[in-house]
Amino acid sequence: MRRRYLVDRSVRYLLFFSALISLFIVFMIALFTLREAWPAFREIGLLNMLTSSEWRPGRDQFGLLAMIAGSVWAAVGSMILGVPLALAGAIFLAEVAPVWMRGIVRSSVELLAGIPSVVYGLFGMVVLLPAIRRIPVAGNTGFGILAASIVLAVMILPTITNIAEDAIRAVPREYKEGSLALGATHWQTILGVTLPAARSGIVAAVILGVGRAVGETMAMIMVIGNSIVLPRPLNSNPLTLFLSQARTLTGNIAVEISYATGLHEDALFATGVVLFVLIMIINSSANLLIRERRR
Amino acid sequence: MRYAFVSTLLLASMLLAACGSPATPAPGPGSDQPTATTASEPVASEITVAGSTSVQPLAEVLAEAYMGAHPEIRITVQGGGSSVGVKSAAEGTVDIGTASREVKDEELAEFPDLQAFIIARDGIAIVVHPDVPLEALTKDQVKGIYEGSITMWSEVGGPDAAIVVVGREEGSGTRGAFGSLIMDDEEFAMVGTAILQPSNGAVRTTVSTTPNSIGFISFGYLDGSVKAVAIDGAEATVENALSGEYPVVRPFNMLTIGEPSGAVKDWLDFILSEDGQAIVADEGYLAVQ
Repeated sequence: MRRRYLVDRSVRYLLFFSALISLFIVFMIALFTLREAWPAFREIGLLNMLTSSEWRPGRDQFGLLAMIAGSVWAAVGSMILGVPLALAGAIFLAEVAPVWMRGIVRSSVELLAGIPSVVYGLFGMVVLLPAIRRIPVAGNTGFGILAASIVLAVMILPTITNIAEDAIRAVPREYKEGSLALGATHWQTILGVTLPAARSGIVAAVILGVGRAVGETMAMIMVIGNSIVLPRPLNSNPLTLFLSQARTLTGNIAVEISYATGLHEDALFATGVVLFVLIMIINSSANLLIRERRR
Repeated sequence: MRYAFVSTLLLASMLLAACGSPATPAPGPGSDQPTATTASEPVASEITVAGSTSVQPLAEVLAEAYMGAHPEIRITVQGGGSSVGVKSAAEGTVDIGTASREVKDEELAEFPDLQAFIIARDGIAIVVHPDVPLEALTKDQVKGIYEGSITMWSEVGGPDAAIVVVGREEGSGTRGAFGSLIMDDEEFAMVGTAILQPSNGAVRTTVSTTPNSIGFISFGYLDGSVKAVAIDGAEATVENALSGEYPVVRPFNMLTIGEPSGAVKDWLDFILSEDGQAIVADEGYLAVQ
């Protein structure tokens, strides 16, 4: 009798302790990054780092604007390409697919999630770049935001599909049954009732996908070109912005951290802080949107 | 509840104490055992080498040759770039750091105990995609291309196509040497649209697969996949580099903190000996003796 009580208590402490460790680790990472980045913020200035597009460590210039733009454009591109595809997949899995097909499609999507990012980068370099190079625009090297967006779209597909599918499934049956009883077709029901009802979950799924896109490093280094330029259209067509080369915040850190010393190293940690804040903003807006919908 | 609180507090404070202690031992002038970077490591049975991707293939061959005669020693060679080599050697993370350029004054000022040993010289080849119909360029043309003042192949005698510039990251020794020798400025500003790749191998792959591209790689990485152009009339061959006709030649440095000793010294002596330098020449680099 006493032993059961002891086991119960110790398991309780163990779980409490494990949770505390995770909290502790996140806290320590944030603290460490901020501490290493502080000299950079103090000497270079936060405003200067966020608004200057000149990143030249050899001349003590550490402007992150070009990298912020690179990360943002790559994420935007991945959303344009990936979100419709992922949502279509989620709707298909939740509403349309016959039972035998669900297993196959879901496993394939989950397999996508298991592929290492460097393999995506390899695929991008060997298959995507020559294909994109065929687009007849002057200055198109294949490397650039389009390649990055395609790779990212495939990488965030499983994340969005998974969560969006759960959100759609969570819509109460009564909504669907009511709509169908009123004479709506299946598709009218999906479009007019199910999707709006699942809206908060779908938005959360998309934002989590975007968070993953912003954090991706290895595949980005391999296909985006790593050029320190502000992405801009290559000719009069504004869409050619996506053919411009760029560098992401994550790529900036990964390419230079192994040899950076002194202020340069601190500036890279500052890049990390900017990334941290960007992802926190993205995740908080997700939470805010969910909470608002629940009201 | 009280027990849970106290025990977690205890364990948390233990973790904090562990995190508080410094991670890297400071390399001091008195340490004449550079191989012992942590107190518990066995001395002189393993040599770790890291740094320049240009030096890497040569270092690997030299390591194999030495390990063949001394099976009790293990030498591991990594890349990362010349600045990684300098930094790792200076901080004691590796036994030997390699660089494919001269050590900078700022680096010597920051790490005064850094010792550099030139083990070979190497040429930097300017390479283009095999389909580019050019065999020669002048130094000023290459400089203009990498500055961004020359943007079309037609400006230098080629077809009417935009030049795709491929370069290395800022910490690269190859880039630094290329800067000093071609751009007349080690810290030159590469044209913003250049594609930056993190190693000689990556540059070679990019140039060989990207039409209308130009890049620079170590002589040791030349193979059939890219075309090396002559610079100021001199072809990119070892003979021309030896005679001095080919202008783009830089030193391969091996760096240690303090005087090398034990297995590290032994290996360095081997590299600088006749046998070692014969291997250097065989691999397509320039011997220093």
